[in-house]
Amino acid sequence: MKHGRYPFILSFLALPVGLYAWLVILPFAQAFQISLTDWSGSSNSFEYIGFDNYVNLFKDERLVLPALRHTGIILVVLPVVTIALGLFFAFMLNLGGRVRRGRIEGVRGARFHKVVYFFPQVLSVAIIGILWKQVYAPENFGGLITGALTAVGLPAPVNGFLADKRLVLAAVIAVLVWSAVGFYLVFFSSAMASIPRDLYEAAVIDGAGRVPMFFKITLPLLWDSVQTAWIYLSIVALDVFVLIYMMTPERGGPDAASEVVGGVIWKYAFNHGEQAFASALGVVLFFAALSLAVVSLRFGRRERIEF
Amino acid sequence: MATDTAPGSTSEGAAEATPPVRTPDRTPRPEGNALNFFSQGFLWLWALMVIIPVAWIVMSSFKTTREIASDPLGLPEAPHWANYVNAWTNGNIGGYFLNTVQVMVFSVTGTMLLGAMAAYVLARYEFPGNRVIYFGFAAGMMFPVFLALFPLFKTLQNVSLLNTYTGLVIVYIAYSLPFTVFFLTAFFRTLPTGVAEAAVVDGAGHYRLFFQVMLPMAKPGLIAITIFNIIGQWNQFLLPLVLLGRNPEDAMISQGLANLALRQGYEGDSGALFAGTVLAMIPIFIAYILFQRQIQAGLTAGAIK
Repeated sequence: MKHGRYPFILSFLALPVGLYAWLVILPFAQAFQISLTDWSGSSNSFEYIGFDNYVNLFKDERLVLPALRHTGIILVVLPVVTIALGLFFAFMLNLGGRVRRGRIEGVRGARFHKVVYFFPQVLSVAIIGILWKQVYAPENFGGLITGALTAVGLPAPVNGFLADKRLVLAAVIAVLVWSAVGFYLVFFSSAMASIPRDLYEAAVIDGAGRVPMFFKITLPLLWDSVQTAWIYLSIVALDVFVLIYMMTPERGGPDAASEVVGGVIWKYAFNHGEQAFASALGVVLFFAALSLAVVSLRFGRRERIEF
Repeated sequence: MATDTAPGSTSEGAAEATPPVRTPDRTPRPEGNALNFFSQGFLWLWALMVIIPVAWIVMSSFKTTREIASDPLGLPEAPHWANYVNAWTNGNIGGYFLNTVQVMVFSVTGTMLLGAMAAYVLARYEFPGNRVIYFGFAAGMMFPVFLALFPLFKTLQNVSLLNTYTGLVIVYIAYSLPFTVFFLTAFFRTLPTGVAEAAVVDGAGHYRLFFQVMLPMAKPGLIAITIFNIIGQWNQFLLPLVLLGRNPEDAMISQGLANLALRQGYEGDSGALFAGTVLAMIPIFIAYILFQRQIQAGLTAGAIK
């Protein structure tokens, strides 16, 4: 078996590693390089200008600073709300039912709920964008929420939710949560299923309610999964853009009220022809993602409970 | 106890096994009942939040554009099939569909083949540089794709693969590799070594060992990750938008829908837009209902440690 080992390894790795290096690693490396120049992207001439782009990033009050603020908000709100709802629903599905003969049951129709909740996850962002843009539309364009609010006599935003500076970001985050919850429900649910049932049954005998059960048994045993979910959702939060591209006026408006980092990179790279500036912002985003992953792995680590 | 049941099956098993007749010897505790009611309430609330917007768009796709604006909550007076005709002919939904399938036949196959090859070698062979390559792939899962878009555009332009399906296929493969390799490496590591050793004793070479012994054994993992890649590439938006921008009729499905949405903006034919959206949803919906267990397992594959 020693025979021909290295030729074999080489023959299996050459193509995938080559393709990956050429189309993923190299473009990323080039983006770092471009960020130190004044290249517009269209001409062939450029000069190295050091870190000027990075300095100028933090002076751009029109797009970059609002975008950093909004991405920061999404980065906090999206994981917190999605994980909380995912855990809550997963707990309800698995352990929210009656106690029968000392055993806790899941609720009826758990299977049905899982199927329904998960469905948005398989829809493309384009479809989700079209769907929710109409749900949020102003009343005279046939919006669902505005129409329903008016029908029961409540005030609705005149121009719909997405044209309102104060509501647009919340509206977008709500859609992000809407589409992500199902995934984390299933994710946490399968983790919960591997917790031995006798732990809960012992708790029932001790007369513990569901709330202490959740905080004393489920949550500590799911800590690893919660941490994984946190990293996933942080990466999702940093990459938010397509939904905003599909839904909001001016792809980040109105008035930069839903501008996010991804969108600003897009605008500078493909609309404004300021490639170097866009790359600098991309590099900042890259280091944000990297440090987030490192931080959550470092500080999130706890003693693993074996069961 | 329930510890030996497969993940995910516990709750369903319990829910389905519940006899409809109450057992007379033990009345349920009131706490359980109140909580049951409460959890059912919340669960249904969210289920409706998923169902209503989707069902509403389906309903709206049968309305005239005027009905959509004037009576958003009402039923269509008569099913307005013309929307579907418009979406299919003017909106070219069928064409986008075929384009996407055409690209994905190659990109998904390529991803799985190259991903499995790399993962297998990384999981099963010790050689200098093994860890570096492994972490190189794993790190790719964190790269924000925006950062690479423009250099990638230039790269493909230089080799005249911009605006071609070949270019898109190899880019899809390259960008699907990180997760595929990461996941499959973990999977190949869990496979028992006994079978492989037996095959080697029988005189199987490296290649036969991989294709005839290890690949069949890795089938569950391969299926899960294939589903993951199919859904991921089907829904891909940014890469085709940048790399396939020139001819609108060559667009992938997501991009085609976005074009339709953009056109609807100034033509004002929202009925056709919704019909197009529903048409794009139908195959996903059917596949989801048929394979929902595998899809859920495939997409949450990261949960398996």
